[in-house]
Amino acid sequence: MCLAIPAEVIKLLADDMAIVSIDGVSKEVSVALIEEIAVGDYVILHVGHALAKIDPEEARETLDLLRQMGEAVAEVRP
Amino acid sequence: MKYADEFRDKELATGLARAIRAKADPARAYRFMEFCGGHTHAIARYGLEDMLPDNVRMIHGPGCPVCVLPAGRIDMATALAERAEVILCVYGDLMRVPGSRGSSLLKAKARGADVRMVYSTLDAIALAEQNPGREVVFFAIGFETTTPPTAVMIRAAEKKQLSNFTVFCNHVLTPPAMRAILDSDDTVEIDGFVGPAHVSTVIGTEPYAPFARDDGKPVVIAGFEPLDMMQAILMLIEQVNDGRHEVENQYRRAVTASGNQRAIREVAEIFELRDQFEWRGLGSIPASALKLRPAFAHLDAELRFAMSELVVADNPACECPAILRGLKKPVDCRLFGTACTPETPIGSCMVSSEGACAAHWTYGRFRDHQRRLAS
Ligand code: SF4
Repeated sequence: MCLAIPAEVIKLLADDMAIVSIDGVSKEVSVALIEEIAVGDYVILHVGHALAKIDPEEARETLDLLRQMGEAVAEVRP
Repeated sequence: MKYADEFRDKELATGLARAIRAKADPARAYRFMEFCGGHTHAIARYGLEDMLPDNVRMIHGPGCPVCVLPAGRIDMATALAERAEVILCVYGDLMRVPGSRGSSLLKAKARGADVRMVYSTLDAIALAEQNPGREVVFFAIGFETTTPPTAVMIRAAEKKQLSNFTVFCNHVLTPPAMRAILDSDDTVEIDGFVGPAHVSTVIGTEPYAPFARDDGKPVVIAGFEPLDMMQAILMLIEQVNDGRHEVENQYRRAVTASGNQRAIREVAEIFELRDQFEWRGLGSIPASALKLRPAFAHLDAELRFAMSELVVADNPACECPAILRGLKKPVDCRLFGTACTPETPIGSCMVSSEGACAAHWTYGRFRDHQRRLAS
């Protein structure tokens, strides 16, 4: 029920609507809840509405951190 | 899928599992509640419990809107759907939720009630426009994630001046439910919370501060991918080890401290708190749910159809209340997998794929079986 998925904005439409792509499948959704939105942004999509933008920089940093966390132990305990 | 697959990498998960084992102090137990059903689903689907040491235990919380909706509200909706003039719009998960005496919206539909499944709130608006001679009612449920889309729908109904459209509002709030769990005498010990992912994209991390500050419980907001969960568990273990209790944000790619201000504003303008609301399994919780503000009373189905509150008892054999409070596991219910399956749910935890019983039925029971074979 609360599951939401990442989707890429590929076209902005009138009335706060947009076309997004989910792994190549396109869908018309509402972007009325997002402050500033541009083609190429990734959003979290839930029941036909974009709820938040995904920050690519934060995503990359999280992945780096995940990698470091695993590697740190590998060094201590081979 | 971008921003999903990268967070499912098996090698990274193995590294994180190693880090968790290294950090978890064998001399103590770590009991973390994942509040949100989305996390319960991810834990079961990716077998995360198998990657954790025995002294790190996940407790499934009540954060599934379908699971916490009491049978009385389903009965109210069913009675509404049975009125000839009404078209009731619902999200798919709601169709099979049991009301009293085994009733459900699906059964009402089979008897001729006009119940329509919608994917989005905007579909409900379209139905109202297409059926000017009927009363279209949207059965709104969900936590803070699903409330802003309902707000957008209410704005659209206003703009289009729809006179045949109303909302049966059952939106509930996360922080009061967490508070009810912590304040209840009848709950398991909890050493920290994995905070909701998408609820927090809306409300931000701030509303969890009291649990960290006043209750001494660490909270880590986590995304729904398996690596997100593993990282959050590691962060919680580190907080416990250090004797810290803070709100930390693992899901920084989508959650900020202050949340989605536009969504918060919309919700505040349209909804106000109910004094009390009945939750399945948790009882009546003060200031834990929303209703439409008086300015939007003309869109409130409870007023237009003079719906009166129904409170009905759950099936006494169903252990949902104990499961929602972390006291029992699905297999502790004697109906699990016999009388109660996803095809024939008796309690609400079996209905939505985010319910603890359904998640265990779909993914967990095979592992139980293998474990039995192995021993
Ligand atoms: S197995 Fe069914 S009846 Fe038992 S607790 Fe779960 S949902 Fe309730």
